[in-house]
Amino acid sequence: MQEKVKDAPGSEFQWIGTRPVRPDGVDKVTGRAKFGADLAMPGQLVGKVLRSPHPHARIKSIDASAALALPGVKAVVTRDDFMDQPSEFIPAGEMMINYRDVVRNVMAREKVLYDGHPVAAVAATSASIARRALKLIKVDYEVLPHVIDVVEAMQPGAPLLHDDMITAGVEPAPKTPSNVAKRIEFGMGDVAAGFKQADVVIERVFTTKPVHQGYIEPHACIASVSEDGQAELWVSTQGHWIVRTHCARLLGWDVAKIRVTAAEIGGGFGGKTVVYLEPVALALARKSGRPVKMVMTREEVFRASGPTSGAHVRVKIGARKDGRIVAAEAELKYQAGAFQGSPVQPGAMCAFAPYDLENVKVVGYDVVSNRPKVAAYRAPGGPIAEFAVESVIDEVAAKTGMSGIDFRLRNAARQGTKAAYGPKFGPIGMVETLEAAKAHAHWRTPLAKNQGRGVASGFWFNIGGETSVSLSLNEDGTLSLTAGTPDIGGLRASLCMMAAEELRVPLDKIRVQIGDTGQLGYNFLTGGSRSTFSSGMATVEAARDVIKQACKRAAQLWELPEDAVEYKDGAVRPAGPNAGKHAPMSLKDVAGIAGKTGGPIVGYARLNAHGAAPSFATHIADVEVDPETGRAWVVRYTAIQDAGRAIHPSYVEGQYQGGAAQGIGWALNEEYVYGDDGRLQNPGFLDYRVPVASDLPMIDTVIVEVPNPRHPYGVRGVGETPICPPMAAVANAVADATGIRFTELPLSPPRVLKALGEARGNGQAKI
Amino acid sequence: MLNLRQINKEACDMRYEAPSSIDQAVALLASASGEARVLAGGTDLLVQIKTDLVEPTLLVDIKGIAELREIGEEAGAFRIGAAVTGAELKENPRLKAVWPGVVEAANLIGSTQIQGRATMGGNLCNASPAADSVPALIAAGAKVAIVGPGGRREAPVEDIVIGPRRLSLTKGEIVASFLLPAKAPRTADAYLRFIPRTEMDIAVVGCGVCLTLDGQGTCTAARVALGAVAERPLMVAAAGAALVGSKVDGAALATLDAAARAACRPIDDKRGTKEFRVEVAGVLARRAAQIALERARKG
Repeated sequence: MQEKVKDAPGSEFQWIGTRPVRPDGVDKVTGRAKFGADLAMPGQLVGKVLRSPHPHARIKSIDASAALALPGVKAVVTRDDFMDQPSEFIPAGEMMINYRDVVRNVMAREKVLYDGHPVAAVAATSASIARRALKLIKVDYEVLPHVIDVVEAMQPGAPLLHDDMITAGVEPAPKTPSNVAKRIEFGMGDVAAGFKQADVVIERVFTTKPVHQGYIEPHACIASVSEDGQAELWVSTQGHWIVRTHCARLLGWDVAKIRVTAAEIGGGFGGKTVVYLEPVALALARKSGRPVKMVMTREEVFRASGPTSGAHVRVKIGARKDGRIVAAEAELKYQAGAFQGSPVQPGAMCAFAPYDLENVKVVGYDVVSNRPKVAAYRAPGGPIAEFAVESVIDEVAAKTGMSGIDFRLRNAARQGTKAAYGPKFGPIGMVETLEAAKAHAHWRTPLAKNQGRGVASGFWFNIGGETSVSLSLNEDGTLSLTAGTPDIGGLRASLCMMAAEELRVPLDKIRVQIGDTGQLGYNFLTGGSRSTFSSGMATVEAARDVIKQACKRAAQLWELPEDAVEYKDGAVRPAGPNAGKHAPMSLKDVAGIAGKTGGPIVGYARLNAHGAAPSFATHIADVEVDPETGRAWVVRYTAIQDAGRAIHPSYVEGQYQGGAAQGIGWALNEEYVYGDDGRLQNPGFLDYRVPVASDLPMIDTVIVEVPNPRHPYGVRGVGETPICPPMAAVANAVADATGIRFTELPLSPPRVLKALGEARGNGQAKI
Repeated sequence: MLNLRQINKEACDMRYEAPSSIDQAVALLASASGEARVLAGGTDLLVQIKTDLVEPTLLVDIKGIAELREIGEEAGAFRIGAAVTGAELKENPRLKAVWPGVVEAANLIGSTQIQGRATMGGNLCNASPAADSVPALIAAGAKVAIVGPGGRREAPVEDIVIGPRRLSLTKGEIVASFLLPAKAPRTADAYLRFIPRTEMDIAVVGCGVCLTLDGQGTCTAARVALGAVAERPLMVAAAGAALVGSKVDGAALATLDAAARAACRPIDDKRGTKEFRVEVAGVLARRAAQIALERARKG
């Protein structure tokens, strides 16, 4: 069953770096895998949400009496069913949350703040009855003026979303409220002095649109609450422990009363790190006494979940003629959506991270407007800032007469470089990715007519965090590994391989499952590219715990001291002077004596994983532009990235390709289109244009390995960095093809054709 | 005894009928009291029902009517049932060889899975200005056979859609089939659409061209139709006239481009701007004419 394909013959490893068949694959291709909407319970009801048709309105009253009177309707919940929460910011993955805002996003209270904001929910015996019930709920709105655009939202006199929002981070504090939640600033050196040394200075203003994570599986869950208040929740999520935390908090229930099981997940990309339906389903289940299943439509996903920020970004970079950057500054204005908490902070930290700079200044603003609250999206905040910076780098490089790769090499961050956001880097692979790009055949291949080539680099921090894993030695010598971070990108395969490597057993002797919240200690969510790193670290520790226990049991049997027994090549054996005194015991043999030597053997690890290391990438894109229609498409693409060490290279390559694909969509066609009425006009995959398979070339990948010394196998997170370079790589390629620097995403055909027409008018178009 | 069927009808407020003859279908539609809809492949209608855009009280499924599911050829002319799917069109080698533009247009709609359901009858009667098969059918000079309470009639395809979601059909009438005429020698058609992606999208602009050459390669007849540039698909006589009498050379193509652009009266929307649609309409007209020209030269 297990296919073992070694990448590097003679590797020190038995399993690490090979490409076995994925353990979750068979269930997924045969349809056995159970996703969020696949669980059914006897007597279940259908839950549906009534959503605001207005981008901004005060709720004067809600009357659900007619809906409740409809036969088949078993419960209705509104704002009155959720306790208000105090204002308090709490770290949640790579973002911060405030329960005062979370409760209002789950169910509107005083006001609705975006088209699609939940106002009420019903549970009924059928979907059609639930839909009819929604129409019977009377909501009396006082419609208010709205604001969609980030720059307009910052203007004095713009419609105010929150009457008490005083901009934080400004001294002295403003006296009047605004839509600017926060101003941040950091940097080092003296930017003004730096620009005085510059021979070349380029300053540009960029705009990007909010883009959705675009997971194929809509949000879905099923909740059941017993008469004595014991709750079960089955849900598609990136972190079932955090779902439990949020639901307990919003409903005022004990954490122990809620057991959450993570379904197989059909994509998350950060968008399933927050709660939308879950507390509502639990509230409806409690009120109705019946299980309640809720599944969003695609339209609901677009109107009310995700996306990441749209932004307005100014970047200025100065360099000497010799190609050394002497000063860099950026001003980032990020849309947070209806509630504060855009990823402007990580965006600001990422902006110049790939470079070794002396003089840097970054200012950021977190701005609310009448759009859905942003959620984490793959390297939240990074791709926006890095698009702007890498576009300007491209121009500065050209002005100094250097290639994009040589210019970046001249300025690249290395081990020991102090990052503008604070820390000194350990061993990192920025230079290695640039050198691999320079050596790649792609970089030297001639371009055809109407084509251009772009290069861009990218960076993401990666995180660790709280993690628990258990590893049981079964009575036949096989092993059951239970982890608590949902498997989005191949976690079960990677954990299985790391455990098998430690134990020197065949992969098919270990089965990995994702446990529910009752089975393990707390696990932070799958996000921040942490799960192979953190759960991998815990898996190694748990495996070593099993080995230690196995040695102890054999020592007991053999009446030897514990340190006279060792575990080698998959067996416990006497060591040192006692070597050969007893026949080696396999794990199966040890399992056979477990009962009489002290009971079950279970390895356990609970830790807060430290030592996550950043991953750098360099991407090369070739883009062709149709001079008559403005359509731009990627004809060749190469993604090069430092993985630390690739446990299962196919999954790592898949992350590189997936991040590139999403970034290409962000670059070329994805955008939210709002009407003058503040309503979203393209809430579906027909008109919100993610790339389809035929839009993309085969995305070539190169895995660079600069091991992370803080992980037993050298792992770095790899999932997020790949979405950072593509927008600039594509825009730089379009600039190369057309002679036009595009500063506004997406590079959709109407925008490109219009710019081509203007550039032809003043003789600046290359095509 | 409980009448389960009756209860079910009350529960969902929607009646579904699948007649086996056109006359039964017409009778059902003609006598309907609420909103009645014809269901062919359902690739538009079911989506509209699920998203609450329409709430029909009667669905008349025409897929069980044999003559609406057939492709017939007689003396070089084709009769294509309104409920024939895109996949079935593509699998008909004769039709594909004679009217490649029409078959290609119908097969631009949706994905492979959708192709197994979607029909040209549905594409026409969905009455979208952006329907892909409609400009191709108009360019090809196709007619539709309509059956209604008053009997049968024929009309040019360009007379059916009168605006977004609006048809010239009267109550009880259904489109039964498309009639593609016997082709003159050295006649060929082509259809192109512009979408930002490569598939799974809706035309931002669509253009069908059908032209005829004489033995010397001079264009003797040409029909040009545009989609997604007005409130309905347009037959653009001036664009066809731009080619007649020419060798379909650069000058003629430039005239065609200008004529196509002049006919556009588009809107700005989520799929494209007015200026973009107008400019690209001219580009597509030229490109489609060049494909049709190559095909016509080959006979």
